[in-house]
Parts: sequence; structure tokens; C-alpha cells
Amino acid sequence: MQIYLPIAEVSVNIFLLLGLGGIVGVLSGMFGVGGGFLMTPLLFFIGIPPAVAVATEANQIVASSFSGVLAHFRRKTVDFKMGTVLLIGGLTGAAVGVVIFNYLKAQGQVDLLVKLCYVVFLGVIGSLMFVESLNALRKSRKNATVTTTRRQRGWMQALPFKTRFRTSGLYISVLPPLVVGLFVGILSAIMGVGGGFIMVPAMIYLLGMPTKVVVGTSLFQIIFVTGFTTLLHATTNYTVDMALAVLLLVGGVIGAQIGTQIGTRLRAEQLRILLAMMVLAVCFKLALDLLIEPSELYSLGAAGGH
Amino acid sequence: MRILALILCMIPLFASGEEIVLGMSQDEVAITATFDGSNILVFGAIKRESAIPEGELGVIVTIAGPSEPVAVHRKERRFGIWVNTDTVEVDAAPSFYAIATSAPLDRILKDTEDLRHQISIERAIRSVGAPMTITDANAFSDAVIRIRKSQDLYKRSENSVLVDQETLFRTSVDMPANLTEGDYYTRIFLTRDGQVTSELETTIDVKKVGLERFLYNLSRQQPFIYGLLSLAIAILAGWLASSFFRMIRGT
Repeated sequence: MQIYLPIAEVSVNIFLLLGLGGIVGVLSGMFGVGGGFLMTPLLFFIGIPPAVAVATEANQIVASSFSGVLAHFRRKTVDFKMGTVLLIGGLTGAAVGVVIFNYLKAQGQVDLLVKLCYVVFLGVIGSLMFVESLNALRKSRKNATVTTTRRQRGWMQALPFKTRFRTSGLYISVLPPLVVGLFVGILSAIMGVGGGFIMVPAMIYLLGMPTKVVVGTSLFQIIFVTGFTTLLHATTNYTVDMALAVLLLVGGVIGAQIGTQIGTRLRAEQLRILLAMMVLAVCFKLALDLLIEPSELYSLGAAGGH
Repeated sequence: MRILALILCMIPLFASGEEIVLGMSQDEVAITATFDGSNILVFGAIKRESAIPEGELGVIVTIAGPSEPVAVHRKERRFGIWVNTDTVEVDAAPSFYAIATSAPLDRILKDTEDLRHQISIERAIRSVGAPMTITDANAFSDAVIRIRKSQDLYKRSENSVLVDQETLFRTSVDMPANLTEGDYYTRIFLTRDGQVTSELETTIDVKKVGLERFLYNLSRQQPFIYGLLSLAIAILAGWLASSFFRMIRGT
């Protein structure tokens, strides 16, 4: 059954959209990532214009993240204090990112830069996470009593404005989370994603937060960053397609619920290894696109640097 | 989609003894939520006061969507990766272009006539201002045609206009699902030995209706409210799904 999307001005199969939303929703709930880094390329692939795909995807992430975060609220695995600090950095970063994005658009190479960003960040984060969680998994197999001693972050302990994040069991300065939020905000605005796939590893490895809290907290702040992005796109570029968003989010919210359930049954190391593999797969695919000669060398775009 | 709104337009542009009398199955295409393409039947007759003139008769039907400038990018390998290097702006390319003819186009239409009336797909695209650095500007307009043909937006179907007794003609044009809104400029040409002897123009109005219309207008006229509404739907859907799943598990 086909549906004509009013803003994207293309006709797409309803079940394809529901299915895509569902699959990405499951991943979103499992890993606490918005799923934008998967969904956005998939939408390009089925013929949605890139500008509409990026904007609508932000709207859909709001839904799946909200659905996911409610489950974490009840389980009390959301660190509100940490989330708010990250969010302050994130919104500032998003605003800066939009400025950078518009500058690059004027230079005419924004597509390439977005893709390179994807390849580099997905590649680095994916590999680091993969190696780390593989080691952790091996260690935990060797001796049943796992003693996860967090690395001492000497220089981080020396920073001022220390505060206690009770839910995360941390007593650290607010500066590192602020900087992480800012950095992820910039990247998410440029790459058109919620930034969960960067945020989650940053919280685990840089801030040393426990994995169980990370997912909920990441979702919590993603809601606001993507909500902000949606409004920005809707008012400046008119590229949010409500019909597309509704179809994606119907699949997405259901998927997110299922994903959250699966996530609680898996061990943290397994969860991270799966996320790492997925990140690497997307990275590999994008890298191939850049390296292999495309069958069509020409592409069409809207004229006038739009 | 099958409302037989029969319209008869008689706007002869050429006084040559032969005139086109046109009928169409519909003069507007309504894009609804379930729109998945449309089929337009174009039929008509050739009206003449005198005997049938000499020369081979040709009938050509073209339907063109709204023209817009298009930026065409070409990729090249730089530092091992494929990046967009050259860009040519094609000044006007129709979003949709279908051409149906009663015989192979080059047999019933002379090149000079094609140039004058811009009938073939290649002529319907206008490109003037390629940068000086680009020597093969034609490759870029060819790319527009190639890409849009593969998306079913440009099509040329020869021998698809049926002519009966040199008087009646009919053809049907498939409009794909990925249509954009606008006035679709429809032309019918009558040729004798490759010369255009009569021409008739009309428009097909392609527009969104109902919910599609409402959402589109809202997004353009009240973008902030539209954005808030999108967010509200997202939050509501997220909450509903969450409570629904909790209810299932609760029982």
C-alpha cells in the first residue's frame, strides 16, 4: 500500500516505512542511541530527499527516545542531573553546529563533509568500543568474579566545580560533561543525528558512568536536542514531513519498547559489542560508497546552494 | 482518479487547413494520501474543411511538469575518495516530461522544428550558463535526462499514439507516483512531413488535496505551529506506546 508524503513529495510503501521504523526502534531501545545514524541513510536509500530525511528523522527520534526513556524513568536509571548538564552543553553545541553547517553549505561541500564525519567517528568509536568490550567479555569469562575497577582520571579529578551525581555514583567536575555535551551537540547538528552513538561511549569511557544509567540518561538528553533540531528545521527549511514522521514513529515507538526489554536481558558487555559491530557495519558501508567508483557519477541537487 | 471530466479546448494556433480537437480523460490530478500515480488519456480528432493534405501525418503529445533550475554535480576521484568536483546549473529542467508520438520522432519531426518548438526531451531542457572551466556542459544536461529517465520522470514512448484514418488519435500517459505539484503543460502537435502544421496547448492541474493540502499549507504558513504539532505527536506516540506496553506486561 502506497502513501504520498506531502512534504517529501514522493510516494512510498507504508509497510516499508513501518518496518524501518520498527527495526531502528528496537536498536534505539536496546542501546540508547536515537538510531538516526542508521535511519537517515536508509531514508536516502528509499528515495526520500536528504533534507526531508534529516529533519523528519529528528522528529522521529523524539518519539522513540521518549518512549524509551519512560521505561528508564520507572527503573530509575536516568541521571537527571547529569542529563541536564549534558543538555546545556548539547543545546549550545547544536546552535554552534547549525552555524558551521550553514557555512559549509555555502562552500558546497557539505555532503562530503557529513559523510567523512560519519566514517571517521563511526570508525573510531566502533573500533574502540569493539576492542574494549571484547577484552571485558574475555576477562569476565576467565574469572567469574569481575572486579571492574574504573581507571583513575587524574586530571579530571583536579578540575573545579565538582558536584555529586548520585544516580551515576560519581563525584566529578561539571566541566567534562559540559564539554562532552557541547561536542556531541555540534556533531549532531552537522551530521543530522541525535548523537547517541557518540554520547553513549563518551559517557562510559570519558565520564565513567555505569552502563545501566548511560542509556536512560542519553535518551533523556537526546529528546531535547532532537526536539530543538526538529523545530529549527520546521521553521527554517520547511522539511519536516509529518506523515513520514508518524509512520516511522509508529514503528519506532513499538520497536523501542521491545528493544528496551531485550536490552535489560543482555549483559552490558554483550550490548556494547553488538552496538560496536553495528556502528562498524554502517561505517564500512559509508566508506565503501566513498571509495568505490559510483555507477552514476552525476547527481542532481536543488540549485542556488539550497 | 477516473472522473471523466471531459474538456474540449479548441485554440488553434496555426491556420493550416488542419486543426486539432482535443479531449482528455481529466484536466486535473488530485494528489491524495493514497496517490500512487495516474493515467491520463489524451484523445482527439483532426478537423479539416478540405481534402486530406499530402505528406506523412505525425501526432506528438507532450506533457511537461513545472520547470525548475537544477544543480548537477559530477564526482571525481580526489585523494582516493569520490567527491563532487564540478557543478553545472541547468537553468530550467521540467520536473516531469513525457512525450508520446505516432511514429519514430526523427521521422515525423525535423530537427529545426524540434528546435523551434522544443519538443524532444533534450530540447525541453535549457542550459546556458556553464562555467568556463567546464568543457563538456552537454554531459551535465544528459545526466539530468538519464537520472530522471531512471526515475520514470522523463519518458519517450514512440509509436504510442494511435492514429485512425488520419483523423482520430489517442494515447495514454502514465503519471508516476512521485509527482510534484503544479501546472502540467500539455501540448499536441500535428506534423506533415516533419513540419509542424498545427499545435494545441492546455494544462493539467496537479495539486494536493485534503490532508496533504492541509499539512503542506500548515508547514509553509505556520511553520512554528507545524513544528510544535510534530513534536506533540511524537511525544504522545512515545507515551502511548510506553503505557500500552506497560499495560500488556501488567496483566
